[in-house]
Amino acid sequence: MKTLLGYLKPHAGVMTWTMLVKFLAAMVELFIPSILAKIIDEIVPTGNSGLIFVWGGVMIGCAVVALGSNVYANRMAALTSGRVTLTLRHDLFSKISCLSMAQIDHLTLSSAISRLTTDTYNINQFLNRTQRMGVRAPILLIGGLIMTLGMDVRLTLVLVATLPFISLIIYGVTVKSVPMYSKQQTVLDHLVRVMQENITGVRIIKALSKSRHEMARFDGVNGELSDVSQRAGRIVALSNPLTSLTLNLGLTLVVVVGAWLVRGGQSSTGTIIAFLNYFAIITQAMMGITRIFIMSSKGAASAARIEEVLTLTASLDTLPGTSGNPACHVQFDQVSFSYDHVEDNLSDISFALKPGETLGILGATGSGKTTLTNLLLRLYDADKGRILLHGRDIRTLSTKELRGRMGIAFQSDFILAASIGDNIRYYRDIPDEEIWQAAQAAQAADFITDKPGGLDYMVAAKGNNLSGGQKQRLLIARALAGKPELLILDDASSALDYHTDAALRRALHEGYEQTSSIIVAQRISSIMGVDHILVLEEGRAIGYGGHEDLMRSCPTYRQIAQTQMGAQGGLEHV
Amino acid sequence: MSNKPMTGGRMSKGDLSGDKRQKTGPQAPKSQILKRLWQYLGRYRALLVLAVILVILSNSVALVGPKLSGLAIDAIGLGRGQADMQRVIYYAGLMALCYLGSAVLGYLLSRVTLQLTRNTVYRMRKDVFDKLVMLPVDFFDQRQTGDLISVVSYDIDTVNESLSTDLMQVLQGVITLSVSLVMMLSIQPVLVLIFLLTVPLTMLYTRWITRKTKPMFRKRSAKLGELNGFMEEMIGGQKTTKAYGREEKVIAAFDVKNGEAIDAYTTSEYWGTVIGPSVNFINNLSLALISVFGALLYLQGRVGLGDISSFIQYSRKFSGPINETANILGDLQSAFAAAERVFRLMDTLPEKPDAAGAIMLRDIAGDVMADKVDFSYVPGTPIIRGFSMHVQPGSLTAIVGPTGAGKTTLINLLMRFYDIDAGSIWVDDQDIYALSRASLRSAYTMVLQDSWLFYGSIFDNIAYARPEATREEVVAAAKAAMIHNFIKRLPQGYDTLIGDDGVNISKGQKQLLTIARAMLSDARMLILDEATSNVDTQTEQQIQQAMRKLMAGRTAFVIAHRLSTIQNADHILVVRDGNVVEQGKHSQLMARQGFYASLYHAQFETY
Repeated sequence: MKTLLGYLKPHAGVMTWTMLVKFLAAMVELFIPSILAKIIDEIVPTGNSGLIFVWGGVMIGCAVVALGSNVYANRMAALTSGRVTLTLRHDLFSKISCLSMAQIDHLTLSSAISRLTTDTYNINQFLNRTQRMGVRAPILLIGGLIMTLGMDVRLTLVLVATLPFISLIIYGVTVKSVPMYSKQQTVLDHLVRVMQENITGVRIIKALSKSRHEMARFDGVNGELSDVSQRAGRIVALSNPLTSLTLNLGLTLVVVVGAWLVRGGQSSTGTIIAFLNYFAIITQAMMGITRIFIMSSKGAASAARIEEVLTLTASLDTLPGTSGNPACHVQFDQVSFSYDHVEDNLSDISFALKPGETLGILGATGSGKTTLTNLLLRLYDADKGRILLHGRDIRTLSTKELRGRMGIAFQSDFILAASIGDNIRYYRDIPDEEIWQAAQAAQAADFITDKPGGLDYMVAAKGNNLSGGQKQRLLIARALAGKPELLILDDASSALDYHTDAALRRALHEGYEQTSSIIVAQRISSIMGVDHILVLEEGRAIGYGGHEDLMRSCPTYRQIAQTQMGAQGGLEHV
Repeated sequence: MSNKPMTGGRMSKGDLSGDKRQKTGPQAPKSQILKRLWQYLGRYRALLVLAVILVILSNSVALVGPKLSGLAIDAIGLGRGQADMQRVIYYAGLMALCYLGSAVLGYLLSRVTLQLTRNTVYRMRKDVFDKLVMLPVDFFDQRQTGDLISVVSYDIDTVNESLSTDLMQVLQGVITLSVSLVMMLSIQPVLVLIFLLTVPLTMLYTRWITRKTKPMFRKRSAKLGELNGFMEEMIGGQKTTKAYGREEKVIAAFDVKNGEAIDAYTTSEYWGTVIGPSVNFINNLSLALISVFGALLYLQGRVGLGDISSFIQYSRKFSGPINETANILGDLQSAFAAAERVFRLMDTLPEKPDAAGAIMLRDIAGDVMADKVDFSYVPGTPIIRGFSMHVQPGSLTAIVGPTGAGKTTLINLLMRFYDIDAGSIWVDDQDIYALSRASLRSAYTMVLQDSWLFYGSIFDNIAYARPEATREEVVAAAKAAMIHNFIKRLPQGYDTLIGDDGVNISKGQKQLLTIARAMLSDARMLILDEATSNVDTQTEQQIQQAMRKLMAGRTAFVIAHRLSTIQNADHILVVRDGNVVEQGKHSQLMARQGFYASLYHAQFETY
C-alpha cells in the first residue's frame, strides 16, 4: 500500500479537488430530503401553494447541481485512476524488464504476467471506485448522520446504535471470505492446468485411451472448484441480508421512539418522515461501504503483489573497471556457476577465442551448454572466475554495451506475433536490405519468398504457422541481422536437415568472416570444422581442441563421432 | 523502412470466433441460446421454482415495510399528544417481523441461487470438458490453447455471474417494480402520473447512453486484451529481449499499447460514469415532483402525510430496478456472447463414431500395411498421394526427410488421428477403419517431440499408461530409460511432484521420463517422433539399446534426423513435400543416387 500511496502523491491535488466536488454533490443531495421535511412541516401548514412550488424548484435545483458535480467528479476520478495505472504499469513493466533472469526465475513468468495484467487492472478498478464511492458513501453516511443530528439528537442515537453491529458484520464477512476467495483462485489454477495438459497431450491421451480417466480427473477439480465457490458465496451472501436487517430494525426503532417523542411534543411527524428518507440514504451508504471493503481487500492484495516486484533491486550492477588486453575476443577464465548454489552447473571452465574464430560446444543434456551462454550474456553472474570480452571483465561493461555486440539464437527461442520482417528486426533499426542479407545467410530467404507477403507475412503467436525448421532459420536470421561481432547459436539448427544445416554453415563461413561465433550443437557435423571444440560433461570440460585433437585425446568425443557418423566418422572426412 | 513499430495485426486471442466460425455453422439466434441455457436451468426445476417463490416472498415482505411504516406514522398523527402508541408499537412490531422475514428469505434465496448456479456451472464445465476430450486431434491442431481455456474459465464464469445475479435481479426488479406500482396506485393514483414523465425519460436516456457507450466499452476490452497479449508475449520473450539489449524499445512499444488501453478506458469511463448520476438525477426529479404535488394534494385533503411518506419510499424502490436495468442489459449482452462461445464449442463435431460392429484389435502381431493412400488436410490440397508400404511385424521403420516435409502426417494416419481420403490401411490384415479407435490406438505407444507430462508425481507420470504398475516395474522402466539416477537424487524421489515451474527438470530429462512411460507400456507398436532430438548422442545410444530390447518382436516407426539410427532400419520412408518419394533399405536408397543419397551426403559437408 505504501508504494501505491507514492503513486497517488503527484495527483494529491486533483484527488482532493475531486473529493471536494464529490463532497459538494453529496451535501446537496442530502439537502433534498430536508427540503421535503420543510415543505411538509413548515409550508403545508401555511397552505401557501406558491411556496411549495418555490421549494420544489429548489429541490430540482439541488438535483441539477448534484448531477453536474457528480458527473464532473466521476470523470476526474476516471482520469486520475487512469493516469496512476498508466505510470504504475509502465514502472512495473520496466522493472520486470530490468530484473535479472535469476530474479525472474524466482518470481516465475506466470506470476509476473498476472501481476502486470490482473493486478494492475484490480488497482485501476479499486482507485476509480474508491474515489467515487469512497467519498460518496462515507460522506452520505456522516452527512446523513449530521443532518439527522440537526433534526433530532435522540433519534440519531438510535441510528448510531446500529453502526457497531454493521461494522461487526462487515468485519466478520471480510475476514472469513478473503481466504476462501484466494483458495478459489488456487483451485481455478488447478482446473486450468488440467485443461492445458489435456489440450497439449491430446495425442498421448487418445493413444493410451485415457479419455475416461481424464474426464474423472477434470471432474474432481471441477467439483472442488464448484464447492469452494459455493462456500465462499454463502459467506458473502450473509452480508447483505444481515446489514439491511440491522438497519431496518433501527428504522423500526426510530418510528417507535419518534412516536413517543411526537406524543411528548418533542418532535414532529415531518421530522420522522425525513428521518426515514435519510435512513434510505444511510442504508445505501452502508451497502456502498461494505462493497468498498470487499473491493479494497482485493485491491490491497494486488497492491502488495505489485509492491513486491517494484521494491526488488536489480541484482546485476556494472562494476567500475578498466579496459584490458584486446588480443582475445572472448575469454572464460576458470569460471564456475551454480543456479541453486548447491551443486555447480559449470565448474572451472576456461577457453579463449580470437576475433573471427569459432567455438563449438558439445555435450550431453544438462551438461551446462546453455548455462555457459547465459553467463556470457550476463543473464546470470558467474560465481567464480572471470569472463572477458576484448580483455575486459564483462561485469565492467553495461549490459547494453555487452549484449549490443552479440547476435543470439536460443534453443527454443521466442517468436513474436508480428511480421517475419519485424521478427528478424526485433525492435532494432535495421533496413530491409540487411534483413534480406541475414535471411539469405540463415537459409530463410527461400521460405520467406514463398510466403504471401514475404517479409510482411504475419507470424502467429509462438510461430504456430511456421514449421520447426522455419522457426529456427528465422531466429538465426535475427541473430545475424545486427551484424554482430559475436554470434551465439545455442542448438539453433537442431530441426534443420543436414542439407540446410550444411548450407547455413557454408554461408556463415563465407559471409561472416569477421564474426566470432559460439555454436552449441548436438550434431558433430555442425561443429567438426570449427577452430575450437569444447566438450562438456556435467558442467566440466572434458575435452578442448580441434576435431582431430579430440578424436585422438577425448574418448567421449570419439565415441559420439563414431555413433553419429557410423564407420565413416573418422579423420579422413575432415 | 527502418524502425517499424511492432504493432499491427496481432493474431486475435478470440480465435473461437472469426474464420473458424463456419465450421460450426452460422451464429445461433438469441432464442436458440436462451433455449439451451434453459435446458441447463431446467434440469434443476425444483430449485428454480423454489428460487422464484423465495424471490416473490422476500420482496413482497420487504415491500410491505414502507406501507407499515406509513401506517405507523399515520398513527403518530401531526400534533402533540395525538400519537396512538399502542397502534404505533403494533405496526412497529409488524415492521420488525417483516424485515426479519425478508432477511431470512433473502439469505435462503441466496443459498438456493448459489446451489442452482453451482450445479449449472459444474454441469456446463463438465459438458464442455467431456466434449473436448472427444474432439478429433485436428481441432486442437487449429486452436490456441489459451482460447479454449478461456471458454472454460472466463466464458462459463461470465454466464455463471449472469445467471446468479442478473437473473435474480431481473426477477426481483420485475416484482419490486410491479408491487411498488400497485402500492403507489393504491395510495394515490394521481401522484403515479409523475412517473409517466420520469420513467420514459429514464428509458430513453439509458437507451441513448448504452448505444453511445457500447462501442467504447467494446474498444476498451479489445485494447485491454491487446495490452495483456502484448505483456504476456513480451514477458515470455524476456530472455531474447535482454540478449539483444532491446529493453528500452520494448518498453517504448509497451507504453504505446498501455497509453491506448488507458485512453480507451478513460473515454469509456468518461461517458459510462454519467449514467449513475443521471439516473439519480431523474430519481431526485421525481422526488421533487412528488413532494410538490403530494403537498398540494395534502392541502386539498386528498392524501395523508403517512401516505406521502410511504409513497416516497415506494417511489425510491420503484426507481431502483430502472436504475439497474442499464447495467444488467450490458451484463446480459456479454453473458449471451459468452454462452454462444460455450455452445459453439459444444457443437463442434466429435470424432466420427466407430463403424457399426467395429472389431477390437486383439493379439496384435504388428503387421502394418498401407495401400494407395491419399490424404489432404485441406480438401483440394493433397498431401499424400498413392502411398503404399508394407511393414513386417517387429521391424524398424525410419521416416526421414527435410524439416516440415510431413513426417508427422504419416503418424497421424497410422493412429487414425486423421482419416484418409482414399486407399486403405491395414493392421494384421484388418482394415483399421473397421476397428475400434481405442483398440487401434492402444496398440501403439508413443514418445513425441514435445514431452508431455502432467501435474502429478513422477511415479504417476511414468505409470500413466498402466496405473496398476508396481513400483518395481516403474523403477525398472526408469532405469531402462536412464533416468532412475536423476529421480533418485530428487528430494522426494519418485514421489516428487512435477509442476509447471517448480522442479528443475531439463527438456532432455522430461523426454527421458516420457521414454520411461513408453517403456512401461505393453503396446505392440512403437512410435518415436523425433523423440531423441533433445537427448545427447551418448544417452540416445544407451536408450536405443534399451529400446531395441523392448522392440524385440514389436513394430517401430521412428522419425529421426540422425542418419546413423536410420541406417539400421529395416525400412526407410523418405518424405519430401508431404509425399513419400523413396522407400527401401539404406543400401538400396544409396544405390539409387536419389534424394536420400543427397540428404546423406549433406551430413558430411563441413561447410
